[in-house]
Amino acid sequence: MPRVKVARKSTAIDMTAMCDVAFLLLTFFILSAKPKTSDPLQAQIPAATVVTVMPEADFSTLEIAHEKVYFNVEGGDVRIKTLEIMGDKYKISFTPEEKTEFSNLESFGVPITSLKSLLAMAPADRDKLNQPGIFVDTTNNNELYDWVHSARLADKYLHDKDLKIGIKGDSQEEYPIFEKVIATLQKQHVDRFNLITAVKTK
Amino acid sequence: MAELDTSGGGKHKGGKVRTKKKATRVDLTAMVDLAFLLITFFILTTTLNKPKAQELIMPDKDDTHQQLPVPETRTMTLLLGAGDRLEWFVGAPGATPPTTIGYGKDQLRKTLVDEDAKIRASHNGQPMIVIVSPSAQSTYKNLVAVMDELNIVDIESRAIVDITPTELGLLKRDGLFK
Repeated sequence: MPRVKVARKSTAIDMTAMCDVAFLLLTFFILSAKPKTSDPLQAQIPAATVVTVMPEADFSTLEIAHEKVYFNVEGGDVRIKTLEIMGDKYKISFTPEEKTEFSNLESFGVPITSLKSLLAMAPADRDKLNQPGIFVDTTNNNELYDWVHSARLADKYLHDKDLKIGIKGDSQEEYPIFEKVIATLQKQHVDRFNLITAVKTK
Repeated sequence: MAELDTSGGGKHKGGKVRTKKKATRVDLTAMVDLAFLLITFFILTTTLNKPKAQELIMPDKDDTHQQLPVPETRTMTLLLGAGDRLEWFVGAPGATPPTTIGYGKDQLRKTLVDEDAKIRASHNGQPMIVIVSPSAQSTYKNLVAVMDELNIVDIESRAIVDITPTELGLLKRDGLFK
């Protein structure tokens, strides 16, 4: 009796479709990936249960840790406009190269007089630098007031939106510096803040 | 698994040299491997969770038109002191002795719920008003914790007020301010 032979199939599979899908997903993930923002202060944020999601644009973050305040505003175009307004106010002119460099700069904490030297640094040196923080007190003419004010003007001018302010503070930071920051914001009638927190369960 | 070229080039007839027909199939295994490796990398490195924030709304400092007198009997004051401890009292400072508690949910939250119920019962259902006074030695975490508890317990009338010397004296007396 002749044995029934099973036809040998080729082990090669057509991978075209799989390859297409893989690259499609890959493209999606590459495009949606955001470069990890460097966090010079490394604040340990506290946790809360009742939270809202923060916007990604038209947003400014004040980072507070080790009794220093760092400033950051989202969006390269808003950053450049903010710098221009600040330059006008403090009579400092920035070159186009410095403006481009500033538009890529995440949160920083130097007085505006030494901003030029910060922009001239290589990014690696900038990370090592111990920045003194932006000066803040309870008067109307501290630098943080001007930075926030300029950023609000810039955002209104470019996007016609109200800039939202987030405060990212270190858990162990003592209250007086927050009091100063909140007073500075309230001086310009910013009464709504977002305290950036982690999420915990009740 | 590579596909071998099986298509014959045919015999050389009549002296015509024909180029071999190449198979159009390419081995995609390595390419797919690489693509999935990169996908895995990007999935793992993307932070999918967006930053979250707790909303804090302060009253306008210059707007004095809408300020209503606050009955002291409905007011609970929280004094945030050092060492993750706080003191609370109802009414004017010094009228009732303050109680020292921690920030845990069985302490602060329980107190808020109990006092709110008591005040509602004695004031025809009017809610409790909470005043939060952080001292210079309280931390940011404490403030966030208190605001979070107020959100959980759903106490709408609340305010962050600068601490007064009398209140600071209470904290000092009880060792919550050095």
